[in-house]
Amino acid sequence: MSSAIKPKHQRLVLAIIALVALIGAALLAAWALRNQASYFYVPTDMLADPPEPDRDVRLGGMVEEGSLATAADGVTVSFIVGDGQARVPVTFSGLVPDLFVEGSGVVAEGRLRGDGTFVADNLLAKHDENYMPRELENMNMAEARATVAETTE
Amino acid sequence: MIAELGLAALWLAAALSALQLLASIAGVRKDQGETGLAALVRPAAMLQAGLCALAFAALLYVFAVTDLSVELVARNSHSEKPLVFKLAGAWGNHEGSMLLWVTVMALAGGLIALIERRLPERTMLATLGAQSFVGLGFYAFLLFSSNPFARLNPAPAQGNGLNPLLQDIGLAFHPPTLYFGYVGLSVAFSFAVGALVTRSVTPEFARVMRPWVLGAWIFLTLGITAGSYWAYYELGWGGWWFWDPVENASLMPWLAATALLHSASVLASRDALRAWTIMLGVVAFSMSMVGTFLVRSGILTSVHAFAVDPTRGSFILALLTIYIGGALVLFALRITTVAEGERFSALSREGALVVNNVLLSAVLGIVLLGTLYPLLTEAFGVRVSVGPPYFNPVGAIFFLPMLAVLAIGPLLRWRGDSLGRVRGPVLAIAATAAAVLLAAWLLWDIALLSLLGMALAAAVALGSVLPLRGRNLARLPLPVWGMVVAHLGVAVALFGMAADSAFQEERLIAAGIGDQIEVGPWQAELVSIAPTAGANWTAMEATMVFSYDGGPTRMGAPQSRQFWSPPQQTSEVALITRWNGQLYVALGDETASEGGQPRWQLRLWWKPFVTFIWYGGVLIAFGGLLALIGRVTGDVRRRVAVRKIEQRRTDEALA
Repeated sequence: MSSAIKPKHQRLVLAIIALVALIGAALLAAWALRNQASYFYVPTDMLADPPEPDRDVRLGGMVEEGSLATAADGVTVSFIVGDGQARVPVTFSGLVPDLFVEGSGVVAEGRLRGDGTFVADNLLAKHDENYMPRELENMNMAEARATVAETTE
Repeated sequence: MIAELGLAALWLAAALSALQLLASIAGVRKDQGETGLAALVRPAAMLQAGLCALAFAALLYVFAVTDLSVELVARNSHSEKPLVFKLAGAWGNHEGSMLLWVTVMALAGGLIALIERRLPERTMLATLGAQSFVGLGFYAFLLFSSNPFARLNPAPAQGNGLNPLLQDIGLAFHPPTLYFGYVGLSVAFSFAVGALVTRSVTPEFARVMRPWVLGAWIFLTLGITAGSYWAYYELGWGGWWFWDPVENASLMPWLAATALLHSASVLASRDALRAWTIMLGVVAFSMSMVGTFLVRSGILTSVHAFAVDPTRGSFILALLTIYIGGALVLFALRITTVAEGERFSALSREGALVVNNVLLSAVLGIVLLGTLYPLLTEAFGVRVSVGPPYFNPVGAIFFLPMLAVLAIGPLLRWRGDSLGRVRGPVLAIAATAAAVLLAAWLLWDIALLSLLGMALAAAVALGSVLPLRGRNLARLPLPVWGMVVAHLGVAVALFGMAADSAFQEERLIAAGIGDQIEVGPWQAELVSIAPTAGANWTAMEATMVFSYDGGPTRMGAPQSRQFWSPPQQTSEVALITRWNGQLYVALGDETASEGGQPRWQLRLWWKPFVTFIWYGGVLIAFGGLLALIGRVTGDVRRRVAVRKIEQRRTDEALA
């Protein structure tokens, strides 16, 4: 194969091979990112335009007061995530993070099932003021809306 | 007082750095060697190292005595904390870690100035000038936007304490190791700039740069390995790699450094890949800075995003633009003057290393794009996160072929080789891989990536020891041993990753006292649960006994810890290690009782051969260390020989 390459152009050929490989990698990455990135939803968006059932997505919102319940197996919890306008039921099996309590913000990673229940593989709660899932930064507004909704009910 | 001393030392060091930059510019312009201002460059670099060390010592001191009038101490420390965590807390925060960065960089610069005399003096001046130029940016960053010695008036009665996740012995080692790696790459960057400025991209330049790249790479390898293990046992999530932006931030410089290491050795021994090596030198340090930017700006969601400040992000972004942009412009302007190096055929050691380099760069690009993609989409108002479903398969498309080349490459000769000569060993490697693949596929029902991982682990293991065949092991140079050990380490780590993801078993349960739990081959029993306390935390501790396949019992005590300053809960997992894997047990909260008996949540994982991941990482670093020792002793021996010859010549001339 090497004999086919004129020695004069070896540097050029190497540069082209490297460039082609890197551009190939970039195109592949761009294509895969469009398909594999998990999108962030708030409950309103999730109800308005539900993700495909098997797609990994994130759901962020406030854990509704009085909605947190532990199943008989002792490790499965179910609760409702709301943003003041819409509500999505969520189930999660595992050790819940610290500061995961009713009325606090949460980001759930998982999938929306056909029956409208969100099955979470992982929960990210607001740890403290230094570490907060970035998606929850704007949650104060939703929190305010939720409070308004509660008081007007 | 001590804090002011530290600050003064830092200002002086910054001033010296400016002097070093000006003097080296003057020196590079003037063609005739070391005259006038140029003579100041090396002493300035050395003095700077001393001043930075002094500043860092001052910071350690204020943390050791918990001087709460220093704002940084008040924010991050607490008088009731073990001394080791007080000291480690000095770099467990933004300002302190940046001071550590600058200190390590100054020490590296001082060391080059002190010992490195192989390159032409002009190249050295340009290198030290580049080093001081990079340094100045970080001094400015420290002094203007993150002064670690700022005072607080009035001083508070007590400090805030250190984030409990960071109160671990891992913290004492993990960040400094990574910083040594990052900063070592800054030296490679400076050498690359120095060589470009003075148009001297030579094998000698690669030989001088190589130990620095090797050193940086060893530290990065250890830092990533330690960080992975730390996240594994401290976070309590049972995983060893999360594709978290900050993990990626340390992986990207490692990938670049690995490529640089290999291309530098082509340049050093064969005088080929000149432009490519320079480019990688620039890219490697750029990745270090991108890493620092991602970690320090807190721009991405991350488990590491403690106490972040977006305004600082823009400062680092500006530095990033100046250095990377500047270096790339210089590269574009000067690269046409770098003549093409020696040629080689496609089937040769160089050819294999080119493939390795291109594929590593492709993996680097994939990790970089995946890490930055959430930032990109957020600019368009769409929030996404990118995780294993992207990184694992897409990275593997390039990483697995790289491993296949890694198994074969070391068998090839430099310059050119024939298929006939290597047919035997290559067939042996391919047969091994195929046999393992087939056996694993028939025996177990496991995912494709794990199957390929195991087959390639076997191939790489065989391919890494085959170069020893037919050689006198006692006479084998240390760098060759280093290569063999490091490549074997890759095989070991790969096997651990594949086995863990293929055979891991998990059990999530609410257990009462006396309950038996089975997970994989293990039987576990929850014996008791009792409160316990440490210096700054209280905890619920479960006492459990474990038995592997009915064998002798072993004890374990997972805890759920509650820190009170700052208030936070952490999980201290119980790890039961055997030669063939680890049992991993995390304790959760008390949960709904059953029949009046209280129950606790427990999560258990049996992770076969998971420890091999970190053994492999340590082996890789150890291989690097062997190579480094070999290179440095070789250099020293050569220098001594040269000096003896000169001595003899002068003696003869006198006689």
